[in-house]
Amino acid sequence: MSATSASDTSGAHRARRFKTDRDVVEWQGDYRRYDIAKEVLISFLVVLVLVVACAIVFSSPDDPPVTVKSWSNAAPVDFAQTAMAELNGTSGVATYGPPYTNTAGASQKLGPISLEHAVGVRIPINTAQDFVLKPLATLPNRPALDAALAEYQGASATQRTKWDAAYKRVVANATFSSGQLVVKGGPYGPVGVLIGNLESMARTGALDGALLATPQLYATNYTNPLLFIADGMYLADQASLRHLQGSQWGMMNETGNFPGQAWLWLYTMWYQVPPMNSSSNGDIEVWAIMMALTLLLALVPFIPGLRSIPRRIGIYRLIWRHHYRSLGPDVLSQMPPGRTPSRR
Amino acid sequence: MSARPEPPSWTGRVRHAVFSAYPPEQLLPERQPAYVSSWIYVFGVLTLASLIAVVSSGIVLVIFGPAWWHVSSVGHFVNSLHLWSAEMFFFFMAVHLWGKFFMAAWRGGRALTWMAGSICFLASIATAFTGYLSQQNFDSEWISTQAKDGINATGAGAFWNVLNFGQMLMWHIVLLPLIVAILIGLHVLLVRRHGVVPPFAPTEAQLAKAGLSLTTTVTAATSLLVPQELTEPSPQEQPLLQEPLAQEPTSEEPPAQEPLAQEPTSEEPTSEEPLWTLPEDQS
Amino acid sequence: MLVWHVILLPLALILLVMAHILLVRRRGVCPPLPAKEPRSPVPENPDYPRSPDPAAEWTGAKRRYDLIKELVSALGVVVLAAVVLSTLFSSPDEKSVTVARWANANPTDFLTTAVAELDKTSGVATYGPPYTHTPGAGQTIVGSFSLARLVGVHIPIDTARDFVLAPLGIAAKSNPPLTTALASYGSASPAQRSAWTSAYAKALDGVSFSGGAPVVAPGNYGPVAPMMSDLLAQAQSGGLDGALIATSHFYQTDYTKPLLFLSDGAYLEGLAEKQNLLGSQWGMMNETGNYPGQAWLWGYAFWYQIRPFKTSDNADAQIWAIMGLLSLGLVLVPFLPGIRSLPRHLRVYRLIWRDYYRRAEATRE
Repeated sequence: MSATSASDTSGAHRARRFKTDRDVVEWQGDYRRYDIAKEVLISFLVVLVLVVACAIVFSSPDDPPVTVKSWSNAAPVDFAQTAMAELNGTSGVATYGPPYTNTAGASQKLGPISLEHAVGVRIPINTAQDFVLKPLATLPNRPALDAALAEYQGASATQRTKWDAAYKRVVANATFSSGQLVVKGGPYGPVGVLIGNLESMARTGALDGALLATPQLYATNYTNPLLFIADGMYLADQASLRHLQGSQWGMMNETGNFPGQAWLWLYTMWYQVPPMNSSSNGDIEVWAIMMALTLLLALVPFIPGLRSIPRRIGIYRLIWRHHYRSLGPDVLSQMPPGRTPSRR
Repeated sequence: MSARPEPPSWTGRVRHAVFSAYPPEQLLPERQPAYVSSWIYVFGVLTLASLIAVVSSGIVLVIFGPAWWHVSSVGHFVNSLHLWSAEMFFFFMAVHLWGKFFMAAWRGGRALTWMAGSICFLASIATAFTGYLSQQNFDSEWISTQAKDGINATGAGAFWNVLNFGQMLMWHIVLLPLIVAILIGLHVLLVRRHGVVPPFAPTEAQLAKAGLSLTTTVTAATSLLVPQELTEPSPQEQPLLQEPLAQEPTSEEPPAQEPLAQEPTSEEPTSEEPLWTLPEDQS
Repeated sequence: MLVWHVILLPLALILLVMAHILLVRRRGVCPPLPAKEPRSPVPENPDYPRSPDPAAEWTGAKRRYDLIKELVSALGVVVLAAVVLSTLFSSPDEKSVTVARWANANPTDFLTTAVAELDKTSGVATYGPPYTHTPGAGQTIVGSFSLARLVGVHIPIDTARDFVLAPLGIAAKSNPPLTTALASYGSASPAQRSAWTSAYAKALDGVSFSGGAPVVAPGNYGPVAPMMSDLLAQAQSGGLDGALIATSHFYQTDYTKPLLFLSDGAYLEGLAEKQNLLGSQWGMMNETGNYPGQAWLWGYAFWYQIRPFKTSDNADAQIWAIMGLLSLGLVLVPFLPGIRSLPRHLRVYRLIWRDYYRRAEATRE
């Protein structure tokens, strides 16, 4: 059996001091019947009944996913503005840093250390190419679009920046009527045609397929469309409506009134408190805290002070009350933390 | 025939290791120490039972493929079973964890049991998380696009891409369940090997304050080791102390499962040394 | 299929192997068949009993046999062999065929197939269960007994709508001429539609391409010609690949429709034929390139090479029935008189247990 328990008083371990929160005096008292196999079976039946009852009464949530199609139909202006930000490289993903882009200084840091930066760009994403230009190139039979694409891609970087900036100004006040994006005129060259076509492509659902397009028939990787959708306001608005934002304790919530990942309460909590709730390094800070706490949890048995908490708060006396009652009330009254008034 | 003893074979060593660590009575005991009498002890097994429910409902979902439950009412019901058994699994596991914390159940060489259990808790969180990503609905979209930042911040996002549905689905249905199953297996085997943690024993000072001396306690403890039929104390008049050893134990010996049936070697309390070491008071 | 491959079937296999090993350990290894009586009567060697009882524990001599060491050594050897083979031979990975690749590589075949899907004369359109309600379709095993028909249509496919009209409908939202063409096709009578499609299908024999767009001899094709032209453009751009799996859902794991569409064309089959993968080429047990394929399917692939299955319309159903019976026979060998006596007649066991027989049948001096 264990060398740190009863054996503390013997042989090589004689020198080791008995520590109440580490060592035990092995049980020499009574045993009672305890049928583990029966316990497993009965527990399973109880759980089964509970689970079936909950499933019947409460069901489970299944909100349909947001597609590029549903997004661009429900919020066409948001889509156009997001697409513009992807095209001129100012969107969240375009300036994300590792693992997606090489944006300088974008990675989260913990003190001087940036793990993201150390790992580098492993899932490279060029938002202009991957989210806008390549999908547009798949559209057939559009001479005007083909000309616009050629003009845009043939232009100098400065020229493109000017066009992008001009269009960005007008799309900020864009409206949408009778199936068309309405923007003021301006010196934005072919960009209006590009975004207009991307909008109609998105609204037909063709962009959903094009964003996934790989040289393979089978696709299981949804990184590109997910990142594009997440750059827009629409997904976040839908999440806000369902109380799923990070600032709404969203990580542990679920769509509808269903219990979510309640076990993430501690992780979620750190996002609600300063400085993490406003820090640009919030994610890595919270993860660092959680990793440290996780290590603490696993190592509780070895950490003085922490491992004494159970003895000091004394809930064990409730759990083992039959046992201590059999020892006599006087002994119990003297057990730490000794809050039970003595009967004498 | 050679009289030389045969060198131990690998098979023989494995058999010896397995069966000396786990004699059948220890693997599937019919009795537990008398202090094992609280509802808190049921939650470990309830967690296990919920896991069986989680895995069974998950297997039904796998049979029909990941998209089935969105289009079939039967599928949706099975998904509900999967959700609620997972919620219950976590609830029971949390209660189990707190219970074991309150009992300081790592004492007496049980630290590995605690660590296996707490790592199990973390692996379960990862499994549940990838499950949320595998739902193929709004939740999956939102959670994956939100969670990417945290995971990217640690550098792990470059290899473990939460936006890659195929990767997350595989982790959820194969790798993580395998890890959880192995960890839980290890945890349960450790519990069976070391047994249930005994209560905190009173210290010498506490005994003194209670008007009990070491001697009387030892006497009481000694009487405990004599078969009950001989001393015949009625159940109400149990000896005051049950846990102290009346004799220095030998560390190499396996724990006595049935102390009352043990050879009562305690009739020789003549040693000058204290018969058993009382826990020292800790500040 | 993926989830079955990665979890369900491995789980079942592991459980079965474990049950198998436990049964082996419970019963022990099978003792030899009885030895011959030596010519001159000699006392039996207790270490080598001449008629060991297979149902009882072996009473003769035993030798040391380290199972765990055997397992660990075997694992080492197998891992080493796998690493060496992989380093030397790698593994094949032919790029999958997409609708885009097909439409670009062989636009004529694509158009021919698409027209057949539109007028519902294609292989899938006339498949029967589980895809379509085509009367009389569905392979039979004996007489008119058909398991496929018994189960019915569970994966309904309307080739005209799913493969042509719905994808065109997506493109039409930003293409007014196409919208008009689709409306005119939709409002035409079935007879008119079928006249258009058959005329277009015939015209495809002389199709040429100008700037990627199909050019056919003038004829009465109605809206079918612009529809097919747009579908080809959509396919060549890769849009059709997305449109074929587009549902209201974001995540896709079911590729039934594009795969069925591809299989209706001649392009996929042509590529397979070059790799010797057709059923008539023992294809089920072959692989792309010169790699060993599913060699264990030789018994199954064999039946496709002989009459009457070689030419039968119901070959699949019949061969599956045969293989089902043969598999049952394999499982039930211990109970089949005649079959279970084969080992005794074949006498390979005399070779395997030659040491035993030499000693058990030894005539002592």
